[in-house]
This record gives sequence, C-alpha cells and structure tokens, in this order.
Amino acid sequence: MSAHAEQFRSDLRRMTADLRHRARIQEAMRKYRAARAPAQAAFRSWEEARQAAAETKWAAIRSLDRHLEEFERNATARGTRVHWAANGERAREIIVDILSRNRVRRIVKSKVMTSEEIHLNQLLERLGYQVAETDLGEYIQQLQGAAPYHFVFPCMHLSREEISDLFMNHLGTAATNDPEALTAIARRVLRRKYLEADAGITGANFIVAETGMISITENEGNARLCAALPRIMITVVGIEKVLPRLADLALFLPMLATAATGQPLTAYNTLYSGPRQPGECDGPEQWHVILLDNHRTKLLADPEQRDALHCIRCGACLNVCPVFQHAGGHAYGTTYQGPVGSVITPHLRGLQDWRHLPAASSLCGACTETCPVKIDLHHHLLQNRRNAVRDRPAPLEQLFWKLFAGVIRRPALYAAAVRLLRLLAPAHRIVNGTRADPLRAWTEFRNLPEPAPESFRDYWRSRK
Amino acid sequence: MSDRETILSAIRRALEIPSPPPHGAVPGAPPREAAADASRCLPASGDSMEEWIERFATNAASLHANFHAVQSDSGCVQILADIARSEGWRRVAAAGDPWICRLATAAGLPVTGVDRTYCRHDLEACDVAITGCDALIAQPGSVLVTSRSTGGRAVSVLPPHHVVLARRGQLVPDLPAAFALLHRTCGAANWPSMISFVTGPSRTADIERILVLGAHGPAKLTILLVSGNGE
Repeated sequence: MSAHAEQFRSDLRRMTADLRHRARIQEAMRKYRAARAPAQAAFRSWEEARQAAAETKWAAIRSLDRHLEEFERNATARGTRVHWAANGERAREIIVDILSRNRVRRIVKSKVMTSEEIHLNQLLERLGYQVAETDLGEYIQQLQGAAPYHFVFPCMHLSREEISDLFMNHLGTAATNDPEALTAIARRVLRRKYLEADAGITGANFIVAETGMISITENEGNARLCAALPRIMITVVGIEKVLPRLADLALFLPMLATAATGQPLTAYNTLYSGPRQPGECDGPEQWHVILLDNHRTKLLADPEQRDALHCIRCGACLNVCPVFQHAGGHAYGTTYQGPVGSVITPHLRGLQDWRHLPAASSLCGACTETCPVKIDLHHHLLQNRRNAVRDRPAPLEQLFWKLFAGVIRRPALYAAAVRLLRLLAPAHRIVNGTRADPLRAWTEFRNLPEPAPESFRDYWRSRK
Repeated sequence: MSDRETILSAIRRALEIPSPPPHGAVPGAPPREAAADASRCLPASGDSMEEWIERFATNAASLHANFHAVQSDSGCVQILADIARSEGWRRVAAAGDPWICRLATAAGLPVTGVDRTYCRHDLEACDVAITGCDALIAQPGSVLVTSRSTGGRAVSVLPPHHVVLARRGQLVPDLPAAFALLHRTCGAANWPSMISFVTGPSRTADIERILVLGAHGPAKLTILLVSGNGE
C-alpha cells in the first residue's frame, strides 16, 4: 500500500467517526441542494444544455492544439505574454522569473487551483515574497496553514467559532460569531494588501480561443481587484480550459454558476484580453498567461477517459458524493477532491500511488448524473480500478480467481465446495469480525449473509 | 525542444486516437455548439421591452440589488440626491460618458472624475461610484461593464456602493444577446481589456454557507434605468 493510501485509510477512520464534521458537511450540502434545484429548474432545458455543453467541450478538446495556438495568436496581438509550462517546475520557474525581473515583493492571489497543484505558495514564501490569498475561504485556509478543503468551498468544514478564533490569534481581532463581522475583518485586512501589491496572480475558468481572452468567475470581487490594481498580472491556467467561441460563455457561465453554487449567475464573470490598453486609465502594465500541462496531456492520451478534461471545476460531483460527505475534503490529500479528483489524480500523479481513491466509491453514479458537462465519472472510477490491477496485478487475488473459476466450471466440485462452506459457516461465526477472521475486510463493519438452509440445486431436485 | 513544442506535440500525438462523442450525441451530426444552443436552453427572458424590465426588476430584487425605473433625467437626479442624503455621501467617483457626470452634478454631488491620473487611495476613500454601463441583461439581471465604458477596471469594485445609470435602449433580454452586442460594438480587434458581467453586489458564503454582501467589492448595487432618453 502506498503512503498516500495509508494516510487516506487512517484519515477515513478518523473522519467517519467525527459526527460533528459530518453534520456540518450535510448541512452545507442541504443548502447547496436547496439553492441548486430552483436554479436548474429555471432552465428551459437543463438536459439540452448539458448535451450542448458536453459536445462543445468535446469538439474543443478534439482540436486542442489549434485552439491553444489561436488563443496565443489573439492574446499576443493584444500585448499579452503567453508562456507554456510542461510541468509544475517549469511553471514555478517562469513565475519566479517574472517576479524577480519586475522587482515584485508583495503578491495578492485570487483563487488559483493550478497554483495549489504546483505548490506555488510554499516556494514564494520560502523566497521571501509576501503572498496573500484574497478569496475569503482561501484566506482562512492560508491562516490555518491548511490546503483548501473543497475546491469551490475552501473552508466549508469550519464553524464560525473556529474562524473567529483563527482571526483572534492571527489578526488580534475581538471574538465574534457574526459571519458579517468576520467577513468585514477580512475585507479590511485585504483591502490594504490589494492597494500595496506589486503583482496579482489569478486562475481562470475558461480560455476563449476566438478572442484571446480568459474568463474568471467569482462572487467576492477579489479577482477583479487582483486584476485591476497591481502593475503585474499573472494568470495560471490548465490547457484543457479552452472554449472555441466567445459566445459559448452565454451557456457555460450560467451552467457553471448553477452547478457550483445554485446561483443563476455568479456575481462577477469577467473577461480579460490583454494588459491595460491605450486610452484606458488603469490595469496592469504586463499580463502573463501561463498555459499549464502538468500531465494533462497524459489524460488526453487516454481516449476512454479523455472527457475528464471537459471538467469545468464546478464541484457539483463533490456535493452529491456520499464518500466525500463522510471522508471530508482533506482525506483525499489532493488538489481536486471528490469523484473528479479520484478520476484525474491517478493520471496526474501516478496510478499506483493513488489507486485507493477510485476504490473508495459506492459507484452510485450520483456524480455522473449531476455533472453539467456529462463526464462519465463513475465508469471512469471503474476503469481506473481495472487499469490499476492490469498494471500491477495482485498475485493472491489472481490465484483466488483462478481457483474459483476452476471450481465453478465443474458441477461436482462446485456442489462439494458449497457443502464444505455450509459446514464451515458455524465455525466462522466464532471468529466473525475478529482479527482471526480471514474475511475481516468485509466482516469488520458488515454482516456476512447466513447461508440458506439448503442450496438452490438441492431445492430444485427435491421439487422435481 | 521548448515547452511549447513539447506540449503541442504531446497533444497531437494523443489526439491521433479519436475519442467517441459524448453519450446522447446524434451520430454523424456535427457537434452542437453552446453559442448556438444557449438561447433554447437558458431560462426564459420575455418577448417585449416591458417584460424585460419586469424580469430585470424581479431578478435584481432576488440578487439584493436596488432597481429603479425612472421616466426622465430629472427623476434620476431626484433619486440620486435622495440616496446621497440618506447615505451621507461625501466623496463621489463618476465615470462614463458626459451624461453620467451631468446627472451626478445636477444632483449636487461632489463629483471626482476617474481619468488617467486618478489615485487609487482617493478612489478607495469614495463613498460611491456612479458609472454607466454597456448593457443591462434582463435574464439573469446583470450589468455589463467594461474598462472602456466605465472608467477602468477598479472603479466598479473599489467603493462600497456602485450606482449604475442606464438608458432604456441598453436593456437586452439575455446573455446571448449581450454577447452579440459585444461582438457588434467591439468588433474583432477593438476589445476593452476588461469586460465584466456584474450580477448583484459582491458576496460570499464561505462562512457556514451564510450569505454576506460586500465581501471585497461593493456591498450595494443600485441600478437606475432612465426611459426618457431615446432608444
């Protein structure tokens, strides 16, 4: 078992026993469902919208190379510097180079999941930069010294009391249980940081090939400020985020909002095309866009699971996942949690090290059903399991199945085996669920069904 | 080999093996385009100007934005003066075409223009930003602003109250119409560097999923739609 798998297993034991955590997550999910249902119902046809979105992304990915070149051409024409980074190390080099050449010291960041992916903050802080996360949830997680719990709701696992304590300890503010007061504290602290920052780092929700723009979706206005005030702007975005046409956003923006938070539209959906242009009164002098691969092309090379690159990171699959609700976001140990994380992480970070994630699934299919771009998530979980076993078979399991096949193909042997098992059943009852039980993986938490008083074959024979 | 070449050749190699179209696609038909299908799928927006205004008003209310439809410039000036008095505005930033500044001045407000030399600390100290817009979008109740029409990137997010003045002809039914408008007015190479769909005031629900307005941007958004000035 990999170290990640062992960690996952011990986190699961701890989290599934934490009933307060579970109640908090279930309450948050209840609110999510209550908001999403009417927003989705307002669509004239949500199913048609999903179909159109899925086919648009499919066509976008099918010509990914051409769309990226088109984006580069159009963005460059507007004075944007487009960089390509094959992996996290290259992306970090490019960012540090931009920062040092421009004598940047203070950095504000809006939500950038790709920067979690390439562990940017740790590096920048080690190099002496002052880095402030500005999304409220991300800021709280930064003060906590913890990774985001959920890639859309970064601190959904914390209570207001815990957040108040955190602010008291780090900012010296008075205790308060009022979410409005807590938000105001963060607003005040971060306002200063926007005004003083030399560089803003943002993520992106979409790359628009047709016009060389990137699109950022947010509710708080922090990305707007990060892109308005500092003199340098850096955007780090995964290569899979392309849309062919600007007007595709007319469908994708409301779908993203509906699936992510149950809003008809997120408060700020902003398109950027270039740094400050002639005649404009503010905006950054330089804008750098870093197109990040970081193993996405590996996922692209698997035609069976290629549609996982359609993901628009709405987080809906986490919000409906029974495993996520019990395990919690941190147990995954990944940048992207939940079903989509369990599908893509084995591709991004190594199948054998992360094969435990697709195994932790009930295969209920709720993720596939809720996905706005129709990614076949629960089948991809199965495919990851299959691939993991194919690449590294388990000899004992193979031997077992070989024996099983041998027995089940020979009626006499099968009948004998059934009789033997029936005889062994009372003996098993003595060790049931204990460490001596060879079936403990199952019986520790579940009951083994009692064998029927007679086998079906015996029953059939006696009725004839 | 540069990273650019590495990535592009990895993509081309990967795409040599095609992947099947999404489940539910019509075999042989060209893939659907979100841009073309959006109007059919999105929530309905109404068929006439009156319905759009009604829709915008309903949506604004549920977004916690304030919306007033007024008959004339003087009605608009009156409302501005009323809000200014009740909120005690002392510093007012105004940006957009001359019409905006004219109305703000007529309301007796101490207006600071936002131009190429504005100081961000002064702007931050303003009580309100009064701006124009590129469009109002009935469904879902958004205001379309750009770095060109509204005096840059910061003015619509830095002060705690954003007041938008719009003319009746600027109301469009839905997002597809708004994108068509952008294509028409900005053309191929004339894009403002920032285009933002503002849908309600700044908000967060990061703490226990409880809605709080005014996370980092304005806590208040007021939209005044003036009918008198032509289409």
